[in-house]
Amino acid sequence: MTTLTLAKAINEGLRRAMEEDSKVLVMGEDVGKLGGVFRVTDGLQKEFGEDRVIDTPLAESGIIGTAIGLALRGYRPVCEIQFDGFVFPAADQIITQLAKMPLRSLGAVKLPVVVRIPCGGGIGAVEHHSESPEAYFTHTAGLRVVSCSNPADAYTMIQDAVRCDDPIIFFEPKRRYWDKAEVDLAASGLPLDRARTVRRGSDVTLLAYGPMVKTCLSAAAAAEEDGRDVEVIDLRSLNPLDLDVLVESVARTGRCVVVHEAPVFSGFGAELAARITEHCFYNLEAPVLRVGGFSTPYPPSRLEDHYLPDLDRVLDAVDRVFAY
Amino acid sequence: MTAEAPRGADAPPELIQLLTPEGERVEHPDYDIELTTEEVRSLYRDLVLVRRIDLEAVALQRQGELGLWASLLGQEAAQIGSGRALTDADMAFPTYREHGVAWCRDVDPVKLLGMFRGVNHGGWDPYEHNFHLYTIVIGSQTLHGVGYAMGVQRDGAEAATIVYFGDGATSQGDVNESFIWASVFNAPVVFFCQNNQWAISEPLEKQTRIPLYKRASGFGFPGIRVDGNDVFACLAVTRKALADARNGLGPTLIEAFTYRMGAHTTSDDPTRYRVANELEAWKLKDPIERVKAYLFKNQLADQEFFEKVDAEADALGKDVRRRCLELPDPEPQAMFDHVYGGPHALVDEEREQYLAYLASFENGAETGAGR
Repeated sequence: MTTLTLAKAINEGLRRAMEEDSKVLVMGEDVGKLGGVFRVTDGLQKEFGEDRVIDTPLAESGIIGTAIGLALRGYRPVCEIQFDGFVFPAADQIITQLAKMPLRSLGAVKLPVVVRIPCGGGIGAVEHHSESPEAYFTHTAGLRVVSCSNPADAYTMIQDAVRCDDPIIFFEPKRRYWDKAEVDLAASGLPLDRARTVRRGSDVTLLAYGPMVKTCLSAAAAAEEDGRDVEVIDLRSLNPLDLDVLVESVARTGRCVVVHEAPVFSGFGAELAARITEHCFYNLEAPVLRVGGFSTPYPPSRLEDHYLPDLDRVLDAVDRVFAY
Repeated sequence: MTAEAPRGADAPPELIQLLTPEGERVEHPDYDIELTTEEVRSLYRDLVLVRRIDLEAVALQRQGELGLWASLLGQEAAQIGSGRALTDADMAFPTYREHGVAWCRDVDPVKLLGMFRGVNHGGWDPYEHNFHLYTIVIGSQTLHGVGYAMGVQRDGAEAATIVYFGDGATSQGDVNESFIWASVFNAPVVFFCQNNQWAISEPLEKQTRIPLYKRASGFGFPGIRVDGNDVFACLAVTRKALADARNGLGPTLIEAFTYRMGAHTTSDDPTRYRVANELEAWKLKDPIERVKAYLFKNQLADQEFFEKVDAEADALGKDVRRRCLELPDPEPQAMFDHVYGGPHALVDEEREQYLAYLASFENGAETGAGR
């Protein structure tokens, strides 16, 4: 066991993936000498050279478009989009090209491209640096979408993502980059498309991913003092969804609250609420409630504590789900 | 209001030409080419055959057998010239109009029809002929081509990549980004721009104030303008640019100056936006007639040869038509195939549910229950 931050865990995972397969490339803005603005790729260029850790021109569509070309030639590019709010210039290449090309070739083409996106708020950043764009990508057939929440998962999930032959959007909770935990560098981890029950409970199920898993665990600990036994599930994979784990849990607890940073309206939580309702209708004691961002653009950082779900807002939703 | 043109923009740019519209050979100090009689006859045959495939596809669309077709009429020389310059190891990234390049890469023409008939979204294996899938979103493929070339570079392989696009595409961000990438990484890529003067209804002056080939200098690599209706010149210029790319000299932009003789696609009506005498002027520069004139004048081919090629073209047209009509409609479950490389919980579930739903009608009919 080694103590690693989440950022360092991804770094170690990438290093392992690059050692394992010489076709694995890392590309993006400032990923080379600087090691990325969050230092996630720190030291990789020194170790693997400029041909495998590529400092690209400053253009996101170009990063994804050329990554597609490299993948067509047999490479496995891992692209870094520097911040969530900068992915939109690349949206066309991701949605129109990356997601659809394997199908268009009737399976002849595989595009093992990983798009790493530091996501979410809570770091006091300026505009466009705190967004949660996951629903745009879960809505796109052909993409896999995953979100890591802790160092141990980050370490194995990034390796599994690189090994996967499908294109993957890999969300990294930027405000958890500096969280430390024990990581077993020899572990292979839970398969990429599986959810994990991170806290067992019997009264209510909290569904979360990425940065909100930690928030939900804190809320669950606080609820325990009020005598409520809260279960917390870390989705890990948003597309595909490990629905069996979710349904088994809510069928048992009878109550469900979905928590994410993204706006609630048309957010990924809407999909979760609909599917849980469909599968657990006769077990539910209350409607599935959602806690998330408001229907406003992400606010200036002095207001972000009001916008982001925190322990109290999660507990408020738990109270409401018990009030039915 | 029209802005004043930048200085120098009205000076006629140099156009590399090796064969005049009248079929006269011209020498060029940098791009001369030696062609055997057999090679010239074979180029002529290719030009005629792809025009015939194109004609048949337009007819198939008019008869409701294709949903859409993007005609290459007028651009045969640009496509056959550049396509024949490729080696087997080179990789081509087309738009949706490169039927002539596909022909040079030995892609079965009927495979091109699949997406226009609506039976698939592409449907050929890009690796089989080193000819990538057609790309509909304008300019996206230029980045794929440059990325592929960066892979070739990393492999240390002796190959080049050619990327096709049109005059309208030069306004796209992706095309400009691909120029930057190619330049910065010195990628072994040739940008082959068929300037056919029209982006649907918009003439070239809506896209640029300088000749397109001059754009290259701002990105730091050479740009050349070639007579896009001259198959010899297109072959010579592309061959040189590909060799430069393979030899580590980096990218080249080729502007093939040509004309879209037909509509943008079968859904378009060019009479709404362009004048007939422009078309008449370009008819005199036809890419096929000049090769025919050259062959005839120099007694390199006789009437029998031309008749034989025409007969072959007609037979090909008939064959393409017959096999197009035979293209089977896909089974409903086909839309679920290849969305992902392997199993995917959601797609698999939806496929199963939808097939069960469809089967419920069949069962109902058999038992007479409900329907």
